[in-house]
Amino acid sequence: MNPPLTATLREPDAAPAAPAAVAASRDPAPVPGSVGHRLAAEGLALAYGDRVVVSDLDLQIRTGAITTIVGANGCGKSTLLRAFARLLPPQAGRVVLDGREIHRTPTKQIACEIGLLPQNPIAPEGIAVADLVGRGRHPHQRMLARWSAKDYQVVAESLEATDIADLADRSVDELSGGQRQRVWIAMALAQETGILLLDEPTTFLDVAHQIEVLDLLTDLNRSRGTTIVMVLHDLNLAARYADELVAMKDGQVHACGAPDAVVTEDLVRDVFGMDSRVIPDPVSGSPVVLPMGRHHVRR
Amino acid sequence: MTAVLVPTTTPAAVSTTAAAIARGRRIRRRRWTVTTAILAVIVLAVVAISTMVGHTFYTPVEVLRVIFGESVPGASFTVGELRLPRAVLALFSGFAFGMAGVTFQTMLRNPLASPDVIGISAGASLAAVTGIIVFSLSDVAVSAVALVGAIVTAGAIYLLSSRSGFAGARLILIGIGVAAMIQSLIAYLLSGAAEWDLQAAMQWLSGSLNNASWERLVPLAIVMLLVVPVMLARSGDLDILRLGDDSAAALGVRVSPTRVLFILGAVILLAFATAATGPIAFVAFMAGPIAARLLGPGPSLLLPAGLVGALLVLVADLVGQWAFESRYPVGVITGILGAPYLVYLLVRTHRSGGSL
Repeated sequence: MNPPLTATLREPDAAPAAPAAVAASRDPAPVPGSVGHRLAAEGLALAYGDRVVVSDLDLQIRTGAITTIVGANGCGKSTLLRAFARLLPPQAGRVVLDGREIHRTPTKQIACEIGLLPQNPIAPEGIAVADLVGRGRHPHQRMLARWSAKDYQVVAESLEATDIADLADRSVDELSGGQRQRVWIAMALAQETGILLLDEPTTFLDVAHQIEVLDLLTDLNRSRGTTIVMVLHDLNLAARYADELVAMKDGQVHACGAPDAVVTEDLVRDVFGMDSRVIPDPVSGSPVVLPMGRHHVRR
Repeated sequence: MTAVLVPTTTPAAVSTTAAAIARGRRIRRRRWTVTTAILAVIVLAVVAISTMVGHTFYTPVEVLRVIFGESVPGASFTVGELRLPRAVLALFSGFAFGMAGVTFQTMLRNPLASPDVIGISAGASLAAVTGIIVFSLSDVAVSAVALVGAIVTAGAIYLLSSRSGFAGARLILIGIGVAAMIQSLIAYLLSGAAEWDLQAAMQWLSGSLNNASWERLVPLAIVMLLVVPVMLARSGDLDILRLGDDSAAALGVRVSPTRVLFILGAVILLAFATAATGPIAFVAFMAGPIAARLLGPGPSLLLPAGLVGALLVLVADLVGQWAFESRYPVGVITGILGAPYLVYLLVRTHRSGGSL
């Protein structure tokens, strides 16, 4: 993604081949056996002040599946995720959860059904891991109420599930980046939501920890049927870990569907303005994008 | 949710972990409860000492008799009308300063975000000095305009800093700028003041309990009885707000209303306390970080910081009155304590990038 290149590389855009899987408004069937909530954007327009970021966007999130959202910087993918989390009120259109418009539903009610791990969550200085994870119970607790047996149970399960039970009394400040990300995921688990939204959960992690986090989320999806929607920077990991891949461009859904069908050389050119080769991943069978820059390319 | 994520996890392991979590939380809570209780006891002890010590020493029995309305020659006036209102005013104003300060510091995640650093106290001072020098107002009227000054300044800073969304750092910087502007206006007013007014203005500016009386205490006491319980009851939401706006909203906290509630509560506490005593330097600023050192991480700092604030004012007033040959207003003593602490905090924050 070399800025000077994009201008020249965008030229093939002039005659765009229609991507194979443009099906933004399709209604994907829930994963068989899943009983979770249905989340969708309908005619959604989002803006920060006067700056329109997303316009007229329709997207049905597949219940019980892992959906990854990819796209160039500034394409509106994080903004869309914030709207799904009820953080950003729409300029037009709506976000619907099980037929209810989420921006007209009390935030505490939504917080019992949709969890969010933002890109840069803030840990209060010196807070213990168990206490931070316990914050995830907030939407389920009454004002000033003490922790119930259920609260302890759920926090313990969340710590076990993310394999950080032995860190429970440690201060979050002392942890490594990978451990800290597990703590945040544990907090989201403690929230016990059917839907979990994550904004680039693998940033700042080395490759082994990236895989670890994505494996953990896959475990969560498979064992509990949690619907997961995450924005990912790494196109190859996004293709490997997704059931559904959403490619965004200029505030619109450019293509969505199974990664095999969606990730093509044309799509990469359209969405990222970059030439590439797409081959099957010898490890997973999912498509792998090999970028072609100006250097180190065999012609 | 009985499904287990990690295959090796058993229900037994989960209940062991749950028990361990409960133990850890109990230890942390006990530290909070014990420390807060000790603070409260020390505060009450210092209040008691303040009522006994002076030019004439009165025994606890004599003081108690005064409190229960008996007439004790000498003590009835000295304790009942001078020492007791002074000590109670120190207790209440210190508590209000401490709680207001830690509210701002917690919400803006920055120990520099204390109301006496970001210009709210300065706004009260400007209004009071204007009242004294330009309009020659009475004591009570000066308190009233100081109150208005604090609230107007806080509102102005909030509006200036929330043009497109709320940003803590911007609020602090704008507040420091506003404070500097107001200080220069105060200096301008003082430079042209008559000598008599100047003395009254300087006394007010340094923060003093010399004019303590039951009448002065009443508005502050009423406001605290209304505001403090509400803030304590909602302190759970304030804790969640510390995770950042997005996380807090995702956890079901209504971010803007919660923030407005706490800012309003803190400004009201600060404004009424400042109206009663003048801006007692650095109490709002020091109380929160001191409480955080004493308590360690854990539940809300609102109550302990209030107690630390009360203790600071009570002790500083005792020291200012009796430790030196001449008497000093309480604000001079807290100022001497607070300024080095500000420098220390700046050095430490700069090194570690830490917050409260």
